[in-house]
Amino acid sequence: MKSLGSPLMLRPGKDGREGGLEGIPVLTILLTRLKTRSIRPQLAAAGGDIDAAFKEADKIVRQRMIHQRLTPMAIEPRGCIASYHAGEESLTLWTSTQIPHLVRTLLPGMIQVPENKIRIVAPEVGGGFGSKLNVYAEEALCSHLAMRLGVPVKWIETRRENASATIHGRDQIGEYEVAVKKDGTLLGIKSRAVADLGSYLQLLTPAIPTLTGLMAAGCYKCKAVCMEVTGAYTNKMATDAYRGAGRPEATYAIERLMDIIADDLGLDPLQVRLKNFPKPKEFPFNTPTGLTYDSGNYQGALKKAQKLANWDKLLKQQVAARKAGKLFGVGVSTYVEICALGPSKMMAAGGWEWGCVRIEISGKVTVITGTTPHGQGQETSFAQITADKLGIPPSDIVVMRGDTAVAHYGRDTYGSRATAVGGTAIVMCIDKILAKASILAAHLLRVSPKVMQFRDGKFFAKGKPKAALGWKEIAPAAYVARDLPPNFEPGLEASSFFEPPNCTFPFGTHIVAVEIDRDTGEVKFVKYVTVDDCGPQINPLLVEGQVQGGIAHSLGQVLFERTVYDENAQLLSGEFMDYAMPRAKDIPEYVMDSTVTPSPSNPLGVKGVGEAGTIGATPAIANAVIDALSPLGIRHLDLPLTPETIWRAIRDHRETQAPAPPVPPTSREARFTAKDVKKKRVQIPSA
Amino acid sequence: MIPAAFDYYQPKTLEEAIGLLASNDEAKVLAGGHSLLPAMKLRLAQPKALVDLSRIAELNYIREENGQIAIGAMTTHFEIESSALLREKCPLLPEVAEHIGDVQVRNKGTFGGSLVHADPAADWPAAALALDAEFQIAGLSARRTVPAADFFVEMMQSAVQSNEILREIRVPVTPKSVAYAKFAQKASGFAIAGVAVVIEKTNGEVRIGITGVAPKAYRAIAVENELRGKPLSPESIRAASAKAAEGIDSLNDIHASAEFRAHLARVHCARALARAAAM
Repeated sequence: MKSLGSPLMLRPGKDGREGGLEGIPVLTILLTRLKTRSIRPQLAAAGGDIDAAFKEADKIVRQRMIHQRLTPMAIEPRGCIASYHAGEESLTLWTSTQIPHLVRTLLPGMIQVPENKIRIVAPEVGGGFGSKLNVYAEEALCSHLAMRLGVPVKWIETRRENASATIHGRDQIGEYEVAVKKDGTLLGIKSRAVADLGSYLQLLTPAIPTLTGLMAAGCYKCKAVCMEVTGAYTNKMATDAYRGAGRPEATYAIERLMDIIADDLGLDPLQVRLKNFPKPKEFPFNTPTGLTYDSGNYQGALKKAQKLANWDKLLKQQVAARKAGKLFGVGVSTYVEICALGPSKMMAAGGWEWGCVRIEISGKVTVITGTTPHGQGQETSFAQITADKLGIPPSDIVVMRGDTAVAHYGRDTYGSRATAVGGTAIVMCIDKILAKASILAAHLLRVSPKVMQFRDGKFFAKGKPKAALGWKEIAPAAYVARDLPPNFEPGLEASSFFEPPNCTFPFGTHIVAVEIDRDTGEVKFVKYVTVDDCGPQINPLLVEGQVQGGIAHSLGQVLFERTVYDENAQLLSGEFMDYAMPRAKDIPEYVMDSTVTPSPSNPLGVKGVGEAGTIGATPAIANAVIDALSPLGIRHLDLPLTPETIWRAIRDHRETQAPAPPVPPTSREARFTAKDVKKKRVQIPSA
Repeated sequence: MIPAAFDYYQPKTLEEAIGLLASNDEAKVLAGGHSLLPAMKLRLAQPKALVDLSRIAELNYIREENGQIAIGAMTTHFEIESSALLREKCPLLPEVAEHIGDVQVRNKGTFGGSLVHADPAADWPAAALALDAEFQIAGLSARRTVPAADFFVEMMQSAVQSNEILREIRVPVTPKSVAYAKFAQKASGFAIAGVAVVIEKTNGEVRIGITGVAPKAYRAIAVENELRGKPLSPESIRAASAKAAEGIDSLNDIHASAEFRAHLARVHCARALARAAAM
């Protein structure tokens, strides 16, 4: 046992002594004392000639940033029930997981029950956010105990256990260097990061900082990237995928750096971003880290967000607020993320998705997905896709998921993949069924299949829409099977595996305005605007919900959340009394909109939106807070930006500036005094 | 998260309850349970018996008596928050009640329970000190009255002994010129600094109770002395509030350093004074 919360199974020895827990080496302070020279860093991602890029630079901008450790805190902790049928030698495990199919793949090796005798059921799990994207020891232990004892075994995690023994997120420290030209052109990005992996590797632990490296350049053209990461073992819970999973770190770093670059060069932060965006016609766009961004119109989202935020007025408001002695900041982040994971060649164990669609004998439709939605709402959006394609009402459709006895194959839900990859598998099934049903309909109508047409749920011969057959006629014919075309299989069911050719790359712009209480360091939101582009939206309400929830996660990360261990590896933030979560009153009023840039990676054109809010919002809020403090000469503060952190920064900068000189205008203020706001307005090139 | 085994009693009268405390070693009084039960679940507290006061009707009231307000110890936070009598005659208490926990806590937690628990970050002690409340304590053989200044002994320790029960809290009628300014701990909602101010209209005397900052709530005597005989102005308030944590050994935890707590005490002292003075 190497960290608090590790499951511990004690077997009493013959002398009655239990296993000891003494002598655990304590390494929690590692991140501040690590001697990196003694450990060889790994390349997380690299490409392009980094030395040449840095030689060409007019300026090199450096900043160290901490991505603090976070506790996912899904509303329900984990739990499972294992039941073993001795006669069948089969095991059923109900477990609070996002990935029943991966559990079924990985459990046999641990409990010696073959895969085809294991059934995993993931009912409503009470939130995941990546924390249930794992195979946990308790799942194997409960299964083992159920087999050994011959009775069903139930285990439910308490909140404290959840805080200490379910994976944590983030926890990287990076030293970032960016090579830029005087005009703000980005040339190269380097980082040396230490990732605190915790005491054991969980399912994806080392993959998370790798994903950070891959997305290092964000939505900017850049000649070279070199991201090094050192994985460090400490006496803490493992880190792993937590909403965003590596991309929030990448986006936070690059978006903070863009502001710092603008500040150092005396440029406008929006201009620096615009200068480095690829143009819409440059897509598909290859990054130095080997990714191909599928499609994008970063200028379009930025322009729309600026308009929604009433940008010029907002800057005037800032000038007026500062004149009145207030700390008022405006922050922007333009993000791109990687979703729809993913092509199998870049995944550890298959990135495809499986689906099955069955028109029942009654004409009702059963859709089975290999994804495992746990709050994202694909039960609704997959029914909508199916309803649209089959021409039937969504109420005639049932979407089943999360039970390996029903959804035989699947790669489950994570990485904002379910709709783009799983939805496409459903589309493929429906296309197969339409083709088959068309042949049957032609046979029943006694016309050639070549003249068949399908519209609004009806099959008919071209030019003869009155003699049409709907699903209520075709489905019984397919199953009663007395009058089928020659060599025609009964039934109307199809299954498909979809292998995505590429990931998708959703993007967007967040604009945030905040005001800071000088006396207490508290941050108050004045404005929150977001424009997200996740491609065509099957269900805009679900999209909005995902973005809102994602921003709430970011807001917690920026302003108050942090997982704290003491020097003896005791967890000090192990419950809601000590781990601050965002509450309703903390959430600002969002002004939300979207642009639609379809992805060429799947026939729906959809990109994914489950993590976008968490990825885009963190740097926007942080940039707004730092901007508010910039008149004091503050260039960067590490998260979380708690009242005390902000209060100290204000105090320390006041002290270093003593005797109080006139507050120097920031570069932004100098550029945007009230009278010339109009003149210097940022021009967006048309897309 | 499962407490150790305990016996449970539900007396109907105060006398019966005191008898149960006398006859049960290591018994604890249950007066709402929002602090005691979590401690029991973590096994930080393992009482052998719980004496639940929730069925004792004679401990639940708010009434005006001889120019004072008398409040039964088992009155819930919500009952104080929503009391028309208190809104009129002692508005500081409803104002403080609004800051306590959430709806569930306010519906179940009690005035007396919280005060006897003497959590250094609870809201009520600041109000009790600023109002100069009196505490009526009942024991097996006698009843006694303890002034607010002597009630909070140390961290999590009030003047109520283990065989006694807090019966009633009496506060003066103080209809106006009161305020409570609080900086809440983000996760729990407890006070990192909570400052209650009462300004006596008759003689301008100021009383200030501060919670969350020190191991026990305290009267900000240095601020009160500084203000004595001076008109309340933004300048006098700022100067006096600078002494809000004078001589105080501030708490230090992951939520706020001692330095920040002391600073917040000063800021919120000034804010509460300004608000009370404006009323």
